[in-house]
Amino acid sequence: MKRLFKGIAALSLAVSVFAGTAVTTQAMGNSYTYNYDYWGDVQSSPDFYTARKVYTSDELGLDKKLKNPQGLFVRGNELYIVDTGNNRIIQMEKGANETLSVVRYIDSFKGDVENTTFSGPTDIAVSEEGCFFIADKGNQRILKLDNDLNYLMQFNVPVDSTLDPDITFQPNKLAVDTADRVYCIATGINKGLIKYEADGVFSGFVGAAEVSFDWTDYIWKKFASQEQLEKLYAFVPTEYENIFMDHEGFIYAVNGTATEEDLKAEKAKAVKKLNLMGSDILVQNGNYPVYGDLYMGSGGGHEGPSHFTDVTVMENDVYACLDRNRGRIFGYDDQGKLMFAFGGNGNMDGYFRQPSAIEHMGYDLYVLDALDCSITMFVTTEFGQTVYQAMDEFDLGNYEKSGECWEQVMKLNGNYDLAYIGIGRAHLRQEEYKEALEYFELKYDAENYSKAYKQYRKIWVQENIVGIVIFLLVIFLVPTTINKVKQIKHEIDIADIFKQ
Amino acid sequence: MFASLKLESFQNYWKSLKFALYCITHPLDGYWDLTHEKKGTYAAANTILILTLVVRVMKLRYTSFIFNDVYWEDLNIFLYIGSILFPFALWVVGNWALTTLFDGKGRLGQVYMATCYALAPYALIQIPLMPFSNAVTVDEKEFYSVVSAASLVFCGLLIVAAMGQIHEFSFAKNILFTIATLFAMLVMIFILMLFFSMISQGVAYFISLAKELLFRL
Repeated sequence: MKRLFKGIAALSLAVSVFAGTAVTTQAMGNSYTYNYDYWGDVQSSPDFYTARKVYTSDELGLDKKLKNPQGLFVRGNELYIVDTGNNRIIQMEKGANETLSVVRYIDSFKGDVENTTFSGPTDIAVSEEGCFFIADKGNQRILKLDNDLNYLMQFNVPVDSTLDPDITFQPNKLAVDTADRVYCIATGINKGLIKYEADGVFSGFVGAAEVSFDWTDYIWKKFASQEQLEKLYAFVPTEYENIFMDHEGFIYAVNGTATEEDLKAEKAKAVKKLNLMGSDILVQNGNYPVYGDLYMGSGGGHEGPSHFTDVTVMENDVYACLDRNRGRIFGYDDQGKLMFAFGGNGNMDGYFRQPSAIEHMGYDLYVLDALDCSITMFVTTEFGQTVYQAMDEFDLGNYEKSGECWEQVMKLNGNYDLAYIGIGRAHLRQEEYKEALEYFELKYDAENYSKAYKQYRKIWVQENIVGIVIFLLVIFLVPTTINKVKQIKHEIDIADIFKQ
Repeated sequence: MFASLKLESFQNYWKSLKFALYCITHPLDGYWDLTHEKKGTYAAANTILILTLVVRVMKLRYTSFIFNDVYWEDLNIFLYIGSILFPFALWVVGNWALTTLFDGKGRLGQVYMATCYALAPYALIQIPLMPFSNAVTVDEKEFYSVVSAASLVFCGLLIVAAMGQIHEFSFAKNILFTIATLFAMLVMIFILMLFFSMISQGVAYFISLAKELLFRL
């Protein structure tokens, strides 16, 4: 086969030499923001988000520079930065004119415990009452503090017979629900999210990655040698990399280490939306599964799939995933359709060196860079704003207004599939089926097309029922009549009375 | 005189074309008569083959996008037609080459004619399916898929039946040679690939030689 490929290569080389033309390459996907169309082709797009401001330690007015910050949390207009390297948490407040000002440095707390400082904290979550939940990774505990930094309680290593008793508890990321239940990801524990009740009792693992087993594995195990078997057992379900509790209480969990093969075979999921039972209810109605970049080949020094390191879910159920591999942000709507993808690795504003966390305040996105020690604030452009407006209007039931917004989006970006489908859906809701059909067909949306077509067909049949009946009658009656006439004619022809 | 001859040959052609309908409903009788009673003509066989190709190309444009999305940017119509014609030619040649060694009575032309006649259901079923596809929704997708698949299965069965009749093979022998023909097709593909690979290497050699010469001169 190799010879064959070489042969083909040589032949094509020969052809190109004879034709005297160079092979032209098509430049694709070199814009900052892009999207994938139905065919998976990269479509350049106007910016959906733009980097409005990059906050460095100096601009934030910090007393000492950020050092390897790992976590970000937003509550109202408060922003918490987990300054892991400096063993503290910085509480900031967003003021007018896009300023962030320090409210306080949280580096110790009051209480009757041995150690009242942090050691390499990795994440913070703030409950509705304002209690702080801090993953104090170096001290092997999750702390619960009240708003005045008084020690309330702590969550320790889960007591479970399936866990190695000597394990070092390293809580890494956490989320808190409205009932103060804590969900935690700990390094080295791959049974899912550790769930604690509000009183600190470990109550089980949630949302473990299911282990798939197929018959080829079984056959392989029958023949594998001891060394191979040992390697096989090393395949364990991957840990989640980060979680986010959305406004409805669902947990979005990202898996940053899934391999290309697993993602493409849908064995692993890059993003999961876990309900209370721990099962994945993420809607994936997009043309492609939710895993970021479709093309995973090497380029620009980066290879493999997008490694999601954090996710944030906005109030309109749009979620933005942060890819630490290529430094990109991928936004998906509640149907799992890619809305925007932008970013990259680099030193310019809007590019990242080692993005570690993403958060949102309203529709603004804040991205924390652990290496660059900065926060980048992204705001929607006119394009992005119009898209969000169109979605909001649709959810409110203002279909005509939504349609107008999508028309506006289409003018700003003619390659934006969601705009066509949005216009189509607006038409569909306004019972303008013919127009809806046109837009759905343009972007190959078979589901919505069928919905519109069903109605369109019903109306068509109702309007033309008389014609249809006449047509059917003609189809069935004419041939039988002709046959009958022919038969009578034949009988007359052969009848004896006419013979004379 | 000339006019009447023309009319007569046209009637003959039309009759042989209509005979395809008899063939697909009565395969065993039909294909026996096709060659032994000389009921078939090459003109009709060519017509059916061309019709099949035309229908295949028309399907691209007129089938609803629900069943058939076409990435037009990447479509090479000649390759697309070739994707039918090439296996077809391989089948005809492969079948004849094998059966002629093992008491097959059919000649190359007859194999070609019978195979063409066996393709008739494809056009007959796919033509009404095109408007039908535009009148159904995704929920009713199965109706389309089943009928569409049936047209292919129908053609396949007819081809097997036709080969048995024109070669005067028994049932078991017919099945055996159908499978053998498939292998013969693979062998031919292999040899063709080898051939093209060799040729291209030969060409590449002379090109590099010429280039070398041009550099030195």
